[in-house]
Amino acid sequence: MNTERIDRVVVRFAGDSGDGMQLVGDRFTGQAAAFGNDLATFPNFPAEIRAPQGTVHGVSSFQVHFASSDILTPGDAPDVLVAMNPAALRANAADVSVGGVVIVDPDEFTKRNIAKAGYVSDPLSDGSLAHLTVHQVTMGALTLGAVSELGLGRKEALRCRNLFALGLLSWMYGRPTEVVEDYLRKKFAKKPLVAQANILAFRAGWNFGETTEMFAVSYEVPAAALPEGTYRHVSGNAALALGIIAAGWVSGMKVVLGTYPITPASDILHELAKHKNFPVLTIQAEDEISAVGAALGASFGGALGVTTTSGPGLALKSETIGLAVMAELPLLVVDVQRGGPSTGLPTKTEQADLLQAMFGRHGESPVAVVAPSTPADCFDAALEAVRIAVTYRTPVLLLSDGALANGAEPWRLPVIDQLPDIRPDFSTEPNAADGSGTHWPYVRDQETLARAWAIPGTPGLEHRIGGLEKAADTGAISYDPANHEFMVRLRQQKIAGIDVADLDVHDPSPATTRTLILGWGSTYGPIQDACRRLAARGVPVAHAHLRHLNPFPANLDDVLARYERVIVPEMNLGQLALLLRGRGATHLVSHTQVTGQPFKAGDLEAAFLAYMEGVAA
Amino acid sequence: MTTLDEPLQVEGEQQPLSGLAMVPRGPQGQKPADYRSDQEVRWCPGCGDYIILNTVQAMLPALGLKKENLVFVSGIGCSSRFPYYLDTYGMHSIHGRAPAIATGLAVARPDLSVWVITGDGDALSIGGNHLIHALRRNVNITILLFNNRVYGLTKGQYSPTSNQGMVTKSSPLGAPDAPFNPVSLALGAEASFVARALDSDREGLAEVLSRAAEHRGAALVEIYQNCPIFNNGAFDVLKEPGSERRLIKLAAGSPLGLGEPDDQGRHSHLVVRDGGTLRVVARDEADPAQVLIHDPADPDPTTAFALSRLSAQDLSYVVTGVFRAVSRPAYDDDVRRQGEIAAEASPPDLEDLIFAGDVWSVPTHRGASA
Repeated sequence: MNTERIDRVVVRFAGDSGDGMQLVGDRFTGQAAAFGNDLATFPNFPAEIRAPQGTVHGVSSFQVHFASSDILTPGDAPDVLVAMNPAALRANAADVSVGGVVIVDPDEFTKRNIAKAGYVSDPLSDGSLAHLTVHQVTMGALTLGAVSELGLGRKEALRCRNLFALGLLSWMYGRPTEVVEDYLRKKFAKKPLVAQANILAFRAGWNFGETTEMFAVSYEVPAAALPEGTYRHVSGNAALALGIIAAGWVSGMKVVLGTYPITPASDILHELAKHKNFPVLTIQAEDEISAVGAALGASFGGALGVTTTSGPGLALKSETIGLAVMAELPLLVVDVQRGGPSTGLPTKTEQADLLQAMFGRHGESPVAVVAPSTPADCFDAALEAVRIAVTYRTPVLLLSDGALANGAEPWRLPVIDQLPDIRPDFSTEPNAADGSGTHWPYVRDQETLARAWAIPGTPGLEHRIGGLEKAADTGAISYDPANHEFMVRLRQQKIAGIDVADLDVHDPSPATTRTLILGWGSTYGPIQDACRRLAARGVPVAHAHLRHLNPFPANLDDVLARYERVIVPEMNLGQLALLLRGRGATHLVSHTQVTGQPFKAGDLEAAFLAYMEGVAA
Repeated sequence: MTTLDEPLQVEGEQQPLSGLAMVPRGPQGQKPADYRSDQEVRWCPGCGDYIILNTVQAMLPALGLKKENLVFVSGIGCSSRFPYYLDTYGMHSIHGRAPAIATGLAVARPDLSVWVITGDGDALSIGGNHLIHALRRNVNITILLFNNRVYGLTKGQYSPTSNQGMVTKSSPLGAPDAPFNPVSLALGAEASFVARALDSDREGLAEVLSRAAEHRGAALVEIYQNCPIFNNGAFDVLKEPGSERRLIKLAAGSPLGLGEPDDQGRHSHLVVRDGGTLRVVARDEADPAQVLIHDPADPDPTTAFALSRLSAQDLSYVVTGVFRAVSRPAYDDDVRRQGEIAAEASPPDLEDLIFAGDVWSVPTHRGASA
């Protein structure tokens, strides 16, 4: 048996949504992390919890890309596909790289299952997989044999099939096994028989690889040389939740999350609800409107009001965000974008809420907008959003998306005392310019234009705010035309003046590069990967990625002006491009995709090249 | 066993906690004027809101709280201008959403006395969902629902409590909608405190309001309020001579009656149980065993609901006072208590949280432990 050293591999597990594919994918990821590989993951699942068994609609998959070097995406095409049934094969086989490996259970390829999957002939014998290396492993039968000593029912025993597959893959790539067995013992602590069955299936999978001669080689993917630090493996939603807790911690403000369950944002609620030992209160409201209302009410009381949702929920919250703009109170609104409009593609990803975040409210209603670029970056983005919200007394929209939310990568853990300093700086003394000894809630800091914020319980500063237009300084109700004009422009100026970091440009050869790729959000990985591939081919392109969508970085126009051509890839129909054209940019190429799937680095590489050669301009 | 089984109590105290238990006490000798803001009150002349405002300003000093710890949150509508006229903290928010905003505030700040000011359109139409869920959760807030049975601010359309057939600009042929009975709705939503008062009955209103403020949990007070412009005189029959034959004033532990009392203070008519429902009969026809003795603390809301149904839309009978006042855990107390218990079990430490789980260090080599 040979062991071949490779620097990266992409593995996809696919099966029925009840087959436990997310679980084995997650465990395989944990093994790669424990081994010290760099990694990125992409879970993909149907909106239905248990769609009809054996059909393409019900297929759930989990892709893991791990490597001995720094990687940026979950990988374009799997090198190995484990397909638990014909439907999983049908839904995924076309993605597998040429010459890639497919592992299937031939016992699953009954006439009935083949037909259910929508095949007209048996793909294992009709030659349609000739470009792939197909291994037929009777995973079900082998699992039944492995656990027979435990006396489980057939159905229960077969449930361990996914662990058999994981065991086999663990052997193929020399993955550590202890982390899996420890996990199973812990997860099924109250059901030792189930734990035992899963462990036996897992070991049987490993042993199958080791003892049969079906697989000529196994592979070794050495640990990656990541920057020094302490790491953990984290999903975007978990990192976002931890960022919110950290923001509460450094600001000294109690976090109050008002939210309503919605895919793909609910895991942020789940994560925050686990950490109630922190000053974190979670309210599962009766609807999206109530959720943001509760968050804003908490902010009025001096807490850090947070609400989390996806596109349809953001639409429902827009009136309350308008009140937060008028009341000038901090509010963090997280939109984990999914495919739209309407219910759209709830479990898929898209970036089509940018313009909703920017403009989706009544009246002139500017808010700050920030976007994380990778799953781990969700932590930093949450802190940055809260910094802006608290410093400037404004709602901030944080635009994550389905790919970031469920994707995962190693996270280099922050140094706690280097987290940003966020202080609410509540008013405690009267500030009325007329010497009346009262509080005027709309007196501003001259630098930030943030208003004075006195919270209930502060003696002598009693005041009323609300949605009616405010007189400058006093905050009294004002219908004065000149005052409204002044206040509308002032609110706009406050957001435009938010201090945000300059845009960094990654440009391998600034003297000669003529094309800039400008992205935002979760497209960071595939864009950067595509740029590296082009650089390796001797085609230099620059890449800049926007964290701040409103306001844009102050140097944005300068950066754009430096390049002959700016390509803007987005998972929408060109929303950032529209904003940039609104600023006068004329040398833009809007490159868009709305499949509900992330960009593939290879596709972007080809597209960028084509634009540069003028083929597809 | 969850942490949520018992109402919050202070150690050694037998009574359930007051709604104001965690609100700091203010100076002695407060006056109604202390609660008047510098804003000119701008309701229409003759509006019932004036009496309610005066009554609230008059009863607040007796609560004895620090006024900076009072917050009035309103929605949109005529009544929702209320917070501007009180020198406390206040928020004039969004149509229908005040209970949601007040929920977040009450959860975040147990040291505040949080009031919601709303109307029949605000609370029962656009904000119906938030109202029923605030009541169901039993958030520690006091909700004053000004019911004038019409939309005032938008100039006179029929509301969800208007009489069916009411002719307005939006219903020239008569309103086709059947109205809500707000007290029935609140009881159906599991409210732990429900009361009704008339704007014109300052004494009755003040008493109900202070009991509502003292209630720990959500308290709903429906206030019949006259709109002199768009629905003038809607409640006049309750203010005119003969109104004693319509009004049934609730008093705990007393037989429920109505009508001019005789020289021994006995009502001419009594409320009696009749099968599953309630009926008004002349005193001499009443079976003494069936005369209803009011018990607002009855854990079963059935009788309170029957009393709410005795109040007819046509005002032939109107029950006022406290229908129901029972003690059950307040939502915000429970939410906070979960956190306190969790923090005791595991004191929060950000570094521990972030560095939790399977962490590894680079450059330490962690390969091939298998």
